[in-house]
Amino acid sequence: MKKIFMLFVSAIFLISFTNPNANVILDKVDKNMSSKNRIFESEMIIHGRRTSRTITSISYSAGNKQSFIEYLSPAREQGTKMLKLENQLWIYSPSTDRIIQISGHMLRQSVMGSDLSYEDMMDDRKLNDIYTANVTGNETIDGRNTYVLELIAKVDNAAYHHQKIWVDTERFVPLKQEMFARSGQLLKRTTLSDVKQVQGRWFPMSMVYKDVLKDGNGTEFRITSAKFDQKIPDYIFTKAALKQ
Amino acid sequence: MTQKTKIMLALKLAFKNLMGAGLRTWLNVSVLSFAFVIIIFYNGMIDGWNRQSRRDTQEWETGKGQFWHPEYDRYDAYTIKDAHAPMSEEIQAEVKKKNLAPVLITQATAFPQGRMQEVIIKGVDPEQTVLKLPTVTLVPSGDIDYAIIGKRMAESCKLNVGDRLLIRWRDKNGTFDAREIQIASIFKCDVPTVDKGQIYLSLDVLQKMMGMSNEVTMLVAGNGFINKDLKNWDFKDSAFLLADLDKIIQAKKAGGSIMEGLLLIIALIAIFDTQVLSIFRRQKEIGTYIALGMTRPQVVGIFTVEGGAHSILATLLGAVYGIPLFLLLGKVGISMKAAQMTDMAIAETIYPFYSLRLIIITIFLVVISATIVSYLPARKISKMKPTDALKGKLQ
Repeated sequence: MKKIFMLFVSAIFLISFTNPNANVILDKVDKNMSSKNRIFESEMIIHGRRTSRTITSISYSAGNKQSFIEYLSPAREQGTKMLKLENQLWIYSPSTDRIIQISGHMLRQSVMGSDLSYEDMMDDRKLNDIYTANVTGNETIDGRNTYVLELIAKVDNAAYHHQKIWVDTERFVPLKQEMFARSGQLLKRTTLSDVKQVQGRWFPMSMVYKDVLKDGNGTEFRITSAKFDQKIPDYIFTKAALKQ
Repeated sequence: MTQKTKIMLALKLAFKNLMGAGLRTWLNVSVLSFAFVIIIFYNGMIDGWNRQSRRDTQEWETGKGQFWHPEYDRYDAYTIKDAHAPMSEEIQAEVKKKNLAPVLITQATAFPQGRMQEVIIKGVDPEQTVLKLPTVTLVPSGDIDYAIIGKRMAESCKLNVGDRLLIRWRDKNGTFDAREIQIASIFKCDVPTVDKGQIYLSLDVLQKMMGMSNEVTMLVAGNGFINKDLKNWDFKDSAFLLADLDKIIQAKKAGGSIMEGLLLIIALIAIFDTQVLSIFRRQKEIGTYIALGMTRPQVVGIFTVEGGAHSILATLLGAVYGIPLFLLLGKVGISMKAAQMTDMAIAETIYPFYSLRLIIITIFLVVISATIVSYLPARKISKMKPTDALKGKLQ
């Protein structure tokens, strides 16, 4: 009995000794994933029940308060623009030539049929600001060693009560993320891959979002070009830019 | 000759002439009676629908009025998030007396068979008796959270009693939560706004899910509640709550009046035509009346009464086949299954309601309009020369 106890204590000591502090890991993750501003060109592949469709876009973001997306293809979505300022979101549709504010109930709807809701796009606060993290173990994903972190909300208004996140031990990039409801029900899963070094930071160029409560194969998000800390003109983050 | 004798003479002559005209008269009378019956039938149907819908909406949804949280607007889903407040002791006492039914409303997402569907969740007191909802089945048992849904919702989500449904919602702080609920019962209701896209849970359960202890969005007043002045709650009376239904009914009546007007016009044109023909063909008769001492207005009166008498015959003929038809429809009703697919509050079977007011107004409308169209051609008589009329000369 004494031996088992000693073994257990040693295991805990070993884990705590070999794994760095969870907050340090999250800080490193935030440093990789967050930036002062960024410009992405990307493809969003929405897998439906029968077919898949690809939507390309260019997005400009400054911090986590301002972002502007313009859809480039297919023809049906071309010219559609989205603007997020603080916690407000507007959409411009060229077919109607109107700007619509998305709020309340509409925020829960999916973006162009994807597994992402407008709400998901809105909430991009730093993980360290919202969650208390604990390292719960180590796992290997696609041949990469990862720290498994359990994040529990430390603020009242976190979208997900807790999350589980697998962080690459060398690159400090999340490779998998699971979001849970307060009841413990798994709600969403994100798989991140194709990690590349861009301007001195590691960044996943491919992400698959899956709303586990609904059928389907999820939504793939592939970044074809990523630029960080660029000069983005202020007018991009104005409603006037939507109609331009 | 007294006035009464003159009128009786005019009526006698009118009916004799009408009967003498034979088939022509009965054709006119038939068309007019058809218009008469259709007007009563259509309006009776709309009135029956109106009565049923009002009663159903009050029994299932609006009660004798509602007290809304000042932020709440039923037409604006964005207001739901902030429209909730705790119930005061006064309100809780009324709830206990079953004079008020508290309702907490929130938005959520349901996942029937892996599909995603936006829903409204309403928390209702299982012991309430103000609304007809079968809330008694919501009484919790063990760890299961029971829900009730309407037939339309059950069909759209392919759900049956005993099925489990996963729902996801955000609590008062915006944090996602999800759990399974079990369908305790499926109710059949003719008011789509009570049914479509809605799930009813026990009020306590929803309050816990949302972290809104003792809070509600609205209070539905029952028969026993007379105080219309609850502090911090806006009272909405039945006139306000049923305004949409009233507008639909008015629109339907306006639409129906076009059809009724056309039918009536066809019948009146036939009478007008008959009158013109009569005056043209019966010039000698007109001349004889004047020669016998009748004044021109008296002769005009005879012809007007004759034309107008079509409407009396039409009313009688309409009554002959209309009364049995209306009685039958009043008993078996009219199927409205197709209309139930719409968002209107409409019963599966409508039972027309024929009020005395409706019948009197319709008789009045038919008689007056028939008399007017009979008078218009008869005015020509006042310009006739009796000598020429006696000779039968064209004038």
